[in-house]
Amino acid sequence: MQSKNKSLHHQILKHMPLYFMMIPGLAYMFINNYMPLAGLQLAFKKFKYALGIWQSPWSGLKNFTYLFKTGDAWLIIRNTIGYNLVFIILGTLFAIIVAILLNEVQKKKAQQTYQTVILLPHLISYVIVSYIVYALLGESNGMINNSILKPLGMNAIPWYTEAKYWPYILSSIQLWKTFGYSSIIYFATILGIDRSYYEAAVVDGASVWKQITCITLPMLKPVIITLTLLSIGRIFYSDFGLFYQVPMNTGLLYNVTNTIDTYVYRGLLETNDVGRASAAGFIQSVLGFLLVLGTNAAVRVVEKEQALF
Amino acid sequence: MNLSGKGFSIFANIVLVILSLCCVLPILLLLSSSLTSETALMKHGYAFIPSQFSLEAYQYLWYSRDQILTAYQMTVLATLIGTVSNVTITTLLAYPLSRTTLPGRNFFSFAVFFTLLFNGGMIPSYLMWTQVFNIKDTFWSLIIPNLLMNGFGVIIMRTYFTTSIPNEILEAARIDGAGENRTLVSIVLPLSKPILSTIALLSGLAYWNDWLNGLYYLVKRTDFYTIQNLLNRLIASADFISNNAANSALTAGITVPSVGVRMAIAVIALIPIMIIYPFLQKGFVKGIVIGSVKG
Repeated sequence: MQSKNKSLHHQILKHMPLYFMMIPGLAYMFINNYMPLAGLQLAFKKFKYALGIWQSPWSGLKNFTYLFKTGDAWLIIRNTIGYNLVFIILGTLFAIIVAILLNEVQKKKAQQTYQTVILLPHLISYVIVSYIVYALLGESNGMINNSILKPLGMNAIPWYTEAKYWPYILSSIQLWKTFGYSSIIYFATILGIDRSYYEAAVVDGASVWKQITCITLPMLKPVIITLTLLSIGRIFYSDFGLFYQVPMNTGLLYNVTNTIDTYVYRGLLETNDVGRASAAGFIQSVLGFLLVLGTNAAVRVVEKEQALF
Repeated sequence: MNLSGKGFSIFANIVLVILSLCCVLPILLLLSSSLTSETALMKHGYAFIPSQFSLEAYQYLWYSRDQILTAYQMTVLATLIGTVSNVTITTLLAYPLSRTTLPGRNFFSFAVFFTLLFNGGMIPSYLMWTQVFNIKDTFWSLIIPNLLMNGFGVIIMRTYFTTSIPNEILEAARIDGAGENRTLVSIVLPLSKPILSTIALLSGLAYWNDWLNGLYYLVKRTDFYTIQNLLNRLIASADFISNNAANSALTAGITVPSVGVRMAIAVIALIPIMIIYPFLQKGFVKGIVIGSVKG
């Protein structure tokens, strides 16, 4: 026992330079990621700026009852999860189709060009995306009203005040911005598939469709599971830029654009309603975490290999 | 490469050309709108082909260049300082974690991984940075919160070190009497260019495009605004720029082309990315692929 302790001590001393290297990273991680966890208690407190997080008085479950009584909770949770489900299903389908198509392109140069171009939207910030969307949908100057609807003899649509269009608009924008990224992940996986499977399939007279369903898709399954698992873990999170910036924070659209993230932001910095916002943030953090654990456990049961941890 | 016949290949090309157009055209819409005269924009709206070509939006930007140049400087500065610090800190954490002999390795690795699963959310972070660290209205608020290091980057870099750098090389360096610092700098880093450039690229892009830190923390000191913050402010109030620039514009005798000028600033913010991206494209795609492999 003593010699073991001694050797551990010795090992630690030997690795001292490595521990020193880790100091900045660990310190930053502690401050940026671990210290804020203590702030989760705010969900159960009545926050006063002057008193700070620790000194503010406890308020039990008041923040939560208040949040659920107004109906806000239901709305923001519905929006956050609803959009994410649409994004996961559409995004995965779309990315797989694009990856398969990319693989069918014979000219290497063309393949490269497509990859370069479909990644472009990924590089643009949501602030700039919101400018593009405004150029398309602006009521008096927008391209769609002016160059498409008007020549067709249709009335201009006041896009930024009509909530019913926004689920489609936001879903399309999200798809536009992210499909290139996930397509490339799937495409890289397809490139890694042993060509001899396909050669054998062709010899056996398998059609293109058969090759896709019997070789490509089964080989993609692990990646599909991993990526879906990661997205499910983020199902209580939304891209603040997409839901706040792109609809230009328009009050008339809140019904379909308000997600947990925009709600928390407005509560903290616009409407000064820290209590309810903290309760919503708490739900996001904790339920999100439980969901990752849950889905990961489920995947472990079905396909042990593909579990994240 | 493909074994499934010409017909499907042609179909694939057609679909991909359409998709590529969908990705490029909206960006071109920005560009052409910024090059259209204000009167034409008022009359016909934004369009893919300028109905009346004009540089007045850019002329106007030139008259009010002070604000935009400052914002540009802030973006470049934050991106440079942020990216260099990020790559340094990430490497210094990832390398020790890649060493199998390090006591406590699993504990620290788990601590990094855990940050990807659970976090305190926006309100606790905001209150901590503003109340404990007083970061509000400082230049550092553009660099430090959230972007300086990310657990995901640490994990993919650690994976790269463990899988791509043979233990024998490290062992040989040790026998030759190289200390840990020496080994890292002169043996490991030269072998790790792909992962270093990947992390640098991801971090650089995150800093260049970030507008949240400025939105949260820059309240009074709008002189620290990056170009993204400026754009964000302008979409809410187009006069944010004209207020400051009104005098110079009046003396120069030009009207404020508010409809076109927004698009011109958006174009200016995009240009560097569009210029650099084709050169870095390969590394970027590689980065996405490396990043998708679980650590």
